Amino acid sequence: MGILEVQNVNKSFGGLKALQNVNLSIEEGTIHAIIGPNGAGKSTLLNCFVGKLIPDTGTVMFDGHSLLGRKPHEINQIGVSRVFQTPEIFADLTVLENVLIPCFAKRDGAFTLNALTRVSGETDVQEKAEQMLIDVSMQDKKDMIASSLSRGDKRRLEMAMCLSQDPKLLLLDEPTAGMARADTNNTIELLAEIQDRRHITMAVIEHDMHVVFSLAQKISVLAQGTVIVEDLPENIKGHPKVQEAYLGVAAS
Amino acid sequence: MDALLLQILNGLDKGSAYALIALGLTLIFGTLGVVNFAHGALFMIGAFCAVTFSKILNISKITLDPEKTNFLGKPLEIKTPYVIEWFGESTGAALIDWAVPLSILFAIPVMLLVGYVMERGLIKHFYKRPHADQILVTFGLAIVVGELVKTSFGANPIPTPAPELFRGSFDFGVLIGMEANAVIYPFWRLVYFGFSAVVISSIFAFLQFTTFGMVVRAGMADRETVGLLGIDIDKRFTFMFGVAAAVAGLAGVMYTPINSPNYNMGMDFLVLSFVVVVVGGMGSLPGAVLAGFMLGILESFASMNEVKSFFEMLYLPSIDQIVIYLVAIIVLLVRPRGLMGREGVMED
Amino acid sequence: MNSLSKKDKALLLFVAVMALLAPFLLNPFPTDSAMAQFNAGYPDLMQRFAIFGILAIGFNILFGLTGYLSFGHAAFLGVGSYSAVWMLKLLSMNIIPALILSVIIAGLFSLLIGFISLRRSGIYFSILTLAFAQMSFSLAYSVLTPITNGETGLQLNLNDPRILDATNTTGNLPVTGLFGLEMRNTFTLDLGAWAFQFNVGYYVCAAFLLLAFYLSIRIFRSPFGLMLRAIKTNQTRLNYTGLNSRPYTLAAFVISGMYAGLAGGLMASMDPLAGAERMQWTASGEIVLMTILGGTGTLLGPVLGAGFIKYFENIFSKINETVLHSWFSFMPDGLNDAFVWVLHFFVGKGWHLTLGLLFMLIVTFLPGGLMEGWERIRDKIRGGKGGGKNPPAEATKTPAE
Repeated sequence: MGILEVQNVNKSFGGLKALQNVNLSIEEGTIHAIIGPNGAGKSTLLNCFVGKLIPDTGTVMFDGHSLLGRKPHEINQIGVSRVFQTPEIFADLTVLENVLIPCFAKRDGAFTLNALTRVSGETDVQEKAEQMLIDVSMQDKKDMIASSLSRGDKRRLEMAMCLSQDPKLLLLDEPTAGMARADTNNTIELLAEIQDRRHITMAVIEHDMHVVFSLAQKISVLAQGTVIVEDLPENIKGHPKVQEAYLGVAAS
Repeated sequence: MDALLLQILNGLDKGSAYALIALGLTLIFGTLGVVNFAHGALFMIGAFCAVTFSKILNISKITLDPEKTNFLGKPLEIKTPYVIEWFGESTGAALIDWAVPLSILFAIPVMLLVGYVMERGLIKHFYKRPHADQILVTFGLAIVVGELVKTSFGANPIPTPAPELFRGSFDFGVLIGMEANAVIYPFWRLVYFGFSAVVISSIFAFLQFTTFGMVVRAGMADRETVGLLGIDIDKRFTFMFGVAAAVAGLAGVMYTPINSPNYNMGMDFLVLSFVVVVVGGMGSLPGAVLAGFMLGILESFASMNEVKSFFEMLYLPSIDQIVIYLVAIIVLLVRPRGLMGREGVMED
Repeated sequence: MNSLSKKDKALLLFVAVMALLAPFLLNPFPTDSAMAQFNAGYPDLMQRFAIFGILAIGFNILFGLTGYLSFGHAAFLGVGSYSAVWMLKLLSMNIIPALILSVIIAGLFSLLIGFISLRRSGIYFSILTLAFAQMSFSLAYSVLTPITNGETGLQLNLNDPRILDATNTTGNLPVTGLFGLEMRNTFTLDLGAWAFQFNVGYYVCAAFLLLAFYLSIRIFRSPFGLMLRAIKTNQTRLNYTGLNSRPYTLAAFVISGMYAGLAGGLMASMDPLAGAERMQWTASGEIVLMTILGGTGTLLGPVLGAGFIKYFENIFSKINETVLHSWFSFMPDGLNDAFVWVLHFFVGKGWHLTLGLLFMLIVTFLPGGLMEGWERIRDKIRGGKGGGKNPPAEATKTPAE
């Protein structure tokens, strides 16, 4: 039993079958990549994970909870954190404040009206946030406004924000999209390091093969709405079905 | 039955005004993505076009009567409007009598120009700014326009009558085979409804059947793609702003015989029209029209004596003043996107 | 007092000193001089500075921190006024119960309106609050006449019960007070050509202004304030942090509604009447203007904005054509007339025109308001002295003082 279990998921838009009988199982503590050519259904699948789309049939179970149709904050409370294609950070706030927010947020999302305490007076929360910044080596940038960071640093910051909540599963949607080579390598290193240290389960949706093969311990290949292969990275390389999906039979 | 019919008819004229203003608001919002708080001011400018035009028609040559004197003992002044002098007694008087409908011809170019200047001069700079800024700047503009009209025309309502032919009421009931005097309805209100029906259908026909309209609709759906096709969508949107301004202006012109215009009328209508747009569904043109008529009729129902006494029976105050707001709140709670709102329009 | 940082303490102290010395500071011109018309140091106007300052501070907690633009805030002001007048009629001429009731009622009212309006955000929210305010206006103006006394407005009456007060035998309307201290009491200090007025009512308002300001600093610096700012900058991320933003926005809405209620209550305590026009959308627009004029999201900005607008409203309304003519009398006649003709549109009854133009200019060119203008000037001066090109982030972006 994996921590995230996708069973028999079907989703069609009008006549278009975006997902057909998708089955997926992500083992706890692994980095699992979901790859596939454009239009294979990666985004649709991701949207089913985060409650944005409800599949026509099938289940998405995470740690014993169904994720279908849940609101973003509920999904987070179950233990899923999400990293977006373009980093979603609090752009107007400082780097430190960005990390302080998830550190203040109660794990169950409970509303607290602590309107009369001082942010700078909560030393343990401050320490935790600063530690998170050290973990992603951004402590020297803590007073910068987040919007002025480089793309790679924004990604690091977003990771720090997610990690400060100790998620059970980290969903990464094309974490290196639009990044320069250096930033990409930087991000790969960061992810590998986090995996090493914290053993957080990660689901990476990605089409950059360099990223996928540097990180993933298991890979599911999605093509035309179905999982055609699910295997270890070394077996995926050179797999005839995968080559066919990417290069297309039309080429022959 | 006849009372019901009368209330529906009574609701039509206000409903028409709501629908026309809401249509313009939606057009501007859909094309330019701007929330225009100055749209009520455009309605008001339209109304004052009618006032100005009838003043122009009434510009008179003053001659002194050599025989009669006024109460101060001075020679009596005789005012002869120039139009009467130029076109003769009957044509001239008819022109003056028909001032309101005629001012449509005067208002269309004026409103198009006002719309053009407003969009190019001010709104253009706010496309990329937050909606809050758009609201605030157009709100400021609405105040300025209102105050300018106040200084030029005074604060009091200016009566602007309909042509003689359409003054008074007629027996609508007889027309549809009911007994006499069952449904008495003012002529001009029917004219107003007919007029707005024509305007609304021509806007829809324009958007539906012309290439220009098709491009505008495509631009409303996906501005970027249409831009990539090499079509200058901005120019067309500017023109649509002018059209929306003209629609609001015409609604104002024709409304003058129903309610004498004053500098404040725009804002009263604006708030209600926003409610109409929200109820209809932001960005939906049919929704705006539908909700406009619906709320207009509803408002007139709530002012029925039967309804009022029903509320009195329940020890509740009469709700005709606030019924639109109540309905809007209920609609938004039950259908957050409004009656015909599309997904993804102004979701956040 | 470890509740405030050093900088914030200094800021609070600054405001406190300004408020205390306002009767001097706002009265720089001798009483008989021609410039005396520009003095602002008389009780009525100073009270308004403080009251509208409270209103704008409260509005800023909602708009400045969360970015939710309420266009119906005047409704809470009106509700506060009505509640206070009722308390003055029924219970006692002491303003404390009146103020307590206005804050409570305004809080409950904003809870109701906020609960519904905050189901939507962006323009929808603005329009919903506007609709609610217009509805409240209609209710107060006609529907609920038994409670609000409709068009005439709610006033004190000789026959009011006032169950806590001693029977009134004077035959005059009683005056509002604070445990016997009458709000209208004014002590005039004549110093040479100057006459400085110290009014009880003003100092009561100023004390509440300080309290309001202090609480707003605390909220700005608190984790709650941080969450509100997070809502403004990125709701998606906040939701994916496991938080539902609605309780936070609702809390901010209610707090700011209570501020408005307090302002309304104070208004009625200084001058015991309440009318529906206080709830009209133009009044709501004025609150928005004060806040953005001073600087949205800054601590001091809204107070400055409120003072600025109330001062110029007062001065501009007083100027008429005769005054203008006397100002430009040094000019040749034709030029004088031309100047007066242009300017007379903007003064006297034309104040609203000026206000509208000011609104547009500020939104277009100085969205950060006076505080941004001040910072730009300060940066220029510092830049000229060879300061760093990149000012430290904190100076520009954290809510400035």
